[in-house]
Amino acid sequence: MTLEIFAKISVYSVLALSLVAALGVVLFPSIFHAALCLVGALVGVAILYIALHAEFIAVVQILLYVGAVMTLVIFAIMLTHRIGDQTIPQANKQSLPALLSLACFVGLLGSLFLKTKWPVGPAHTEPVSAFVLGKALLGEYVFPFEVVSVILIAGLIGAVVIARKD
Amino acid sequence: MDQMFVNLKKALLDSLAPFLPMEGVAFVSVVVSISAIAVFGPFTMMYLTWFERKLVGRIQNRIGPNRVGIFGLLQPIADGIKMLTKEDIVPTGADRVVHFLAPVVVVIPALLVFSVIPFGRNMVAVDLNVGLIFFIAVSATTTIAIFMGSWASRNKFSLLGGMRTVAQLVSYEVPMILSLVPAVLAAGSLSTVDIVEAQGGWNGLKWFVFTPWGLVAFFLFYLCGVAECNRTPFDIPEAESEIVAGFHTEYSGMKFALWYMAEFMNVFTVSALTATLYLGGYQGPLLPSWAWFMIKTYALVFVMMWFRGTLPRLRVDQLMGLAWKFLLPLALINILVTSAWYFIPGLALRLAVSIAILGASFWGLVTLNRPFVPEKRIYEFAE
Amino acid sequence: MIVPLEHILIFGALLFAIGIYGTLVRRNIVGILISIELILNAVNVNLIAFSRTAILDPVMGQVFVIFVITLAATAATVGLAIVLALYRIRRTIYADEINLLKW
Repeated sequence: MTLEIFAKISVYSVLALSLVAALGVVLFPSIFHAALCLVGALVGVAILYIALHAEFIAVVQILLYVGAVMTLVIFAIMLTHRIGDQTIPQANKQSLPALLSLACFVGLLGSLFLKTKWPVGPAHTEPVSAFVLGKALLGEYVFPFEVVSVILIAGLIGAVVIARKD
Repeated sequence: MDQMFVNLKKALLDSLAPFLPMEGVAFVSVVVSISAIAVFGPFTMMYLTWFERKLVGRIQNRIGPNRVGIFGLLQPIADGIKMLTKEDIVPTGADRVVHFLAPVVVVIPALLVFSVIPFGRNMVAVDLNVGLIFFIAVSATTTIAIFMGSWASRNKFSLLGGMRTVAQLVSYEVPMILSLVPAVLAAGSLSTVDIVEAQGGWNGLKWFVFTPWGLVAFFLFYLCGVAECNRTPFDIPEAESEIVAGFHTEYSGMKFALWYMAEFMNVFTVSALTATLYLGGYQGPLLPSWAWFMIKTYALVFVMMWFRGTLPRLRVDQLMGLAWKFLLPLALINILVTSAWYFIPGLALRLAVSIAILGASFWGLVTLNRPFVPEKRIYEFAE
Repeated sequence: MIVPLEHILIFGALLFAIGIYGTLVRRNIVGILISIELILNAVNVNLIAFSRTAILDPVMGQVFVIFVITLAATAATVGLAIVLALYRIRRTIYADEINLLKW
């Protein structure tokens, strides 16, 4: 019983901290601090995946997002940084209309979520192992898998060509 | 004898069981595992520094530290006291919060990966069924901490050192992950305990390193692990003669001690994981399982320190060239050979085909990667 | 489920809204790209939440998440390559200073 309460408190606090980190991403004037807050938000989301019994996806999220995408983003920040950036305002003139419309959007979605009767069954908690995911990727979903491989190669070559110094 | 530590923990839990509710026992079990790792990790790191200084001293024809205690065994404690009492200097204009957090963030992955290493039979802290990817994912977050450290110091050398370090770490991650795949293919599971159990045949001697693909994958993984730990010959990030001290130039006292601790814990965990994946982990004929594990891991740590005492360091373009042009194609061909091993019938045919493919590709890659030596210029003086 | 489904969906919606706010408001192009990463993560959270509670096979949701993560990484890569090329030519990374093609 106490273990369940402890688990609930931990998951809710992870959700709250991820939201605070996401707010830090959009509000910090220094872009480097914003990138670090994004790392925090991504790790928080990975912990949420573990709580939802999707361990493989959690580990893949940390490996790909935190290990690779954030490294790339921070490299780009370091290569394009101008000293003295802190004094320039980092929000354009659309902040108030954006805030109001997004508040209405979230209010609408929130009330929809709380009112709908979701057709949920009892939660499946058997672990989805890498074996099952691999069979699905090479069995039923082989066509999107091959298309994504082609997209990855195209993205790789394209990024190298665009960013090349010549 | 083999299950000594497991029985100790069970006795402790049984003695506490009458006093606590059921969740309390589970909680105490977790706390005992965590404290064992938290005590073992830094303690190992301290005595690894002693081992390194003695060994590198002997390679360089001098005795290492021998003043503090017999054979210098209390030297790490003296070092620890020195580092705790040093002044903590933060450069003006440095980003104080990030400067403070960077050494903390680098120790977290170094300690977390201790939880998926099987120290002996039934002696793994958490038996995750995605344990191997957990190890790789958590080691990959070290790059963020290095960026934080190099950025927050507000020093051009730190920034350059940090970017070179991250480029090296990210380049060597790719052949490292690809050279793990043969062990996963052979064992059929991503859990470290299952991979060790799959090497149990022949009375505990059927290690993966005794197969052609296993040998190549062992060398690949070990070399990439040495590069991931920023050890010589891949230690451009910390080369004192090159860029002062790289990304940890501006750190002194306890913060430097944390960077140093994270590096040595990485040395231990990479050696431990190599031993688990390819050298059979805790499997072995006569001794208890944890003794075999320690022997294998410390043998690999000894080899890493031997590299440090003997080899010069690679230049940065040679380092990158090695990862992308040599280790990566070899790792891919190795995966192919591993799968071929399991589909070709007959031992002699299997051995012949794998050794032929691996030998030909190794020779081909070495030939293709020969450094370009321009022809010598001949100077003629005008007369 | 430790947390009821509606709460996870509200978390996803909030993350999505924060991501859209960042995309609309940030001037630095790298800032816009990291806000887009937040949007894609909110979508992933929704997919995983439903994959565990809906009557369908949990594998379906997780395969979709793998594809979304992969495509998000590709989008970030190409976007950042464009930012680097832009910085080299125009020496600026603020979205409102790149206005040569504006009327």
